[in-house]
Amino acid sequence: MGIYLPIAELSVNMLVILGMGAAVGFLSGMFGVSGGFLITPLLIFYNIPPAVAVATGVNQVIASSVSGALAHFKRRTLDIKLGLLLVVGGLIGSLLGIYLFSLLRDLGQLDLIVSLLYVLLLGTVGTLMLIESWRALQRVRQGQPVNLKRPGQHNWIHRLPLKMRFRASKIYVSIIPVLGIGFFIGVLAAIMGVGGGFIMVPALIYLLRVPTNVVIGTSLFQVTFVTAFATVMQATTNHSVDIVLAMLLMVGGVIGAQYGTRVGQRLRGEQLRLLLALLVLAVALRLAFDLFVRPDNIFSIAIADG
Amino acid sequence: MGDTVIPRRAPFLFLRAALAAGTMLAAASPTLPQTTQPNKTREQPAAPTETIEIGLSTETIAITSNFGGTNLTIFGALDNADPLIRRQGRYDIIVVLQGPERDLVVRKKERYLGVWVNAESQTFLGVPLSYSLASTRSLQDIADPKIFRQLSIGVDNFYLAPEAADKSDANIPEFGKELREIKMRQGLYSQRIGDVEFISPTLFRATLSLPTNVPVGRHRARALLFRSGTFVREANTSLQIVKAGLEYRIYEAAQNYSLLYGLFAVFLAVLTGWFGRLLFRKD
Repeated sequence: MGIYLPIAELSVNMLVILGMGAAVGFLSGMFGVSGGFLITPLLIFYNIPPAVAVATGVNQVIASSVSGALAHFKRRTLDIKLGLLLVVGGLIGSLLGIYLFSLLRDLGQLDLIVSLLYVLLLGTVGTLMLIESWRALQRVRQGQPVNLKRPGQHNWIHRLPLKMRFRASKIYVSIIPVLGIGFFIGVLAAIMGVGGGFIMVPALIYLLRVPTNVVIGTSLFQVTFVTAFATVMQATTNHSVDIVLAMLLMVGGVIGAQYGTRVGQRLRGEQLRLLLALLVLAVALRLAFDLFVRPDNIFSIAIADG
Repeated sequence: MGDTVIPRRAPFLFLRAALAAGTMLAAASPTLPQTTQPNKTREQPAAPTETIEIGLSTETIAITSNFGGTNLTIFGALDNADPLIRRQGRYDIIVVLQGPERDLVVRKKERYLGVWVNAESQTFLGVPLSYSLASTRSLQDIADPKIFRQLSIGVDNFYLAPEAADKSDANIPEFGKELREIKMRQGLYSQRIGDVEFISPTLFRATLSLPTNVPVGRHRARALLFRSGTFVREANTSLQIVKAGLEYRIYEAAQNYSLLYGLFAVFLAVLTGWFGRLLFRKD
C-alpha cells in the first residue's frame, strides 16, 4: 500500500512504516525507552532524507513520552521544580541545536554529522550497556547478590555554586549541572531527533544523585516539553516535519508499545539490557558501514537558495 | 510585409489544427495568433519569412501525488514555408519545455580518514529544474553546435551561470557536467530525437516527457525553427504545473503556515500518545 509523504516528497509503503513504528514501539515498551534513537536511523535506512527523519523522529517521541509523563504526574513521582529547570536548559539547547542543524544543512554536511553523531552515541551507549549487563549476568550466575549501589557520596558537582533545594528529589544541588544536562539533551533532540532519556536517566542518577523513584517521571516530563519545542522549531525553521510519516509511526508505536510492555515484564532486567545493547550496537555498525563505503555517485545536487 | 499576411492566414491554420488534433489546441488563443509571434530578426530577408506558432490545450496542468509521469503533446504550425525546402526536408523544429529556475549547488564527496564527506562544491544560478527537448532530428544534424550554444538549446548546451567570482575555476565545467548528468538520471533533463513530427505540410506535433518528479511552477515552452541549418525564428508560450490533492495541501501548509503546522504536529502527537494510553489502559 503506497502512500505519499508530502514533506519527504517520496512514496513509501504504508505497512512498512506502520511496522517500523510498531517494532520500535514494541522495543520502547519492553525497555522503557522513547525509541527516537531507533526511529531516526531506521528512517534513514529506508531512504527518508536525514533532515526529515530527524524532525519527524522528534515529533514521534512526544507521543511515546507524553502518556508516561502524565502517569507519573498523577502519581506525583516526578520533581516538577527540577523538571522545569531541565526544560529551561533543554529549550536553550534545542535553540542552539536547530541553529546548528540549519547551518549544517546549508553547508551540505548535515547527513554526515547526523550519521557520525549516531555512530558515536549509539556505539558508546551500546558498549557501556553491553559491559554492564554482561557483568550483571555473570554476578547472577555466580550467585552473588546484586549490588544495588546507593548513590550517597558527594562528588565535585556538589561543590558548584548557585545551589538550590529540590524537595521532591531530596537533593540540594547547584543549578549549573541541572541546566547543563537539560541543555545537552536539548541539543541532541534538535540535531538527532531523540528524546535523550537514555542519557538523562543515568545523568540524573549518577551526577545529581536524584532518587530512582522520581528519575523516570522527571526525565519524561523534560523530554515531552523539549521534543514538543524542538518539533515546532524544526517546523518553522527547516519545514522538515512530515506529519503523515509521524502519524503512521505514532499509530504503529502506540500499538507496539502495549505488547512490548507485557513481554518486558516477563523478561529479566539483565537479559533485557543485554538484548537492547546488542540492538543498539547493530544499528551503530550499520550506520558506520554506510559512512565508509564508497557512494554510488560522489556528486550530489541540492537547491541552494531559500 | 509578411506580417500583415499572417494574421489573415493564421486563424485558418489554427482551425485546421484544431480539427486535426481534437481539443488539444482549443485554448491557445486562436483569435490572436500574432501576439504569440515574436517578430525576430530575419536571417535572409530575400527569402519568404516562415513563421512558427505553438499552442497548448491548457494553461495549467494539475498533477496528483501518485502522478507517474506522462507525455505532453504540443501542436504547432509552420507557415509561409518554401515548398521546395519543405520537400527536401530541410526545415527542422526543436521544442523545449523548461521548468522554473532555482540556484543549485553541486557537491563532490571525498574520502577523509576513510569517511566519505562532501568536500568541494559549486553553485550555479538560475538553473532550470527540468528541461525536456524534442527535435525533428538529432541536434548535430540540425545546425552547428555553436548556434545551439548561442541559443542556449540542448541539455549539454544551455549556459550554467556559476556563482563563483572566478569564472575560470577549473572545476566549473566538471561540476556543470555532473549537474546535467544527475538531472538526466533523475529523468528531469531529457532529449527526444525524432519526437517532433510533421503531421501535415504545415502542422507539427512535439511529444515531450513530463517525469514523475516534474517540478511545480511556471514552465516555458519554446519552439525554434531552423531552415537548412540556420535559425529562423522562435515561438514561446508557457504553462503552469500545479500539484493537487491533500498531500500537496499539507506541503503548502508546512511551507506557509509553519508555526501552526508545527503546533498541530505536536497536538497530534500528544493526542495519539494520550489516546493510546486510554485505549490500552492496564495499570
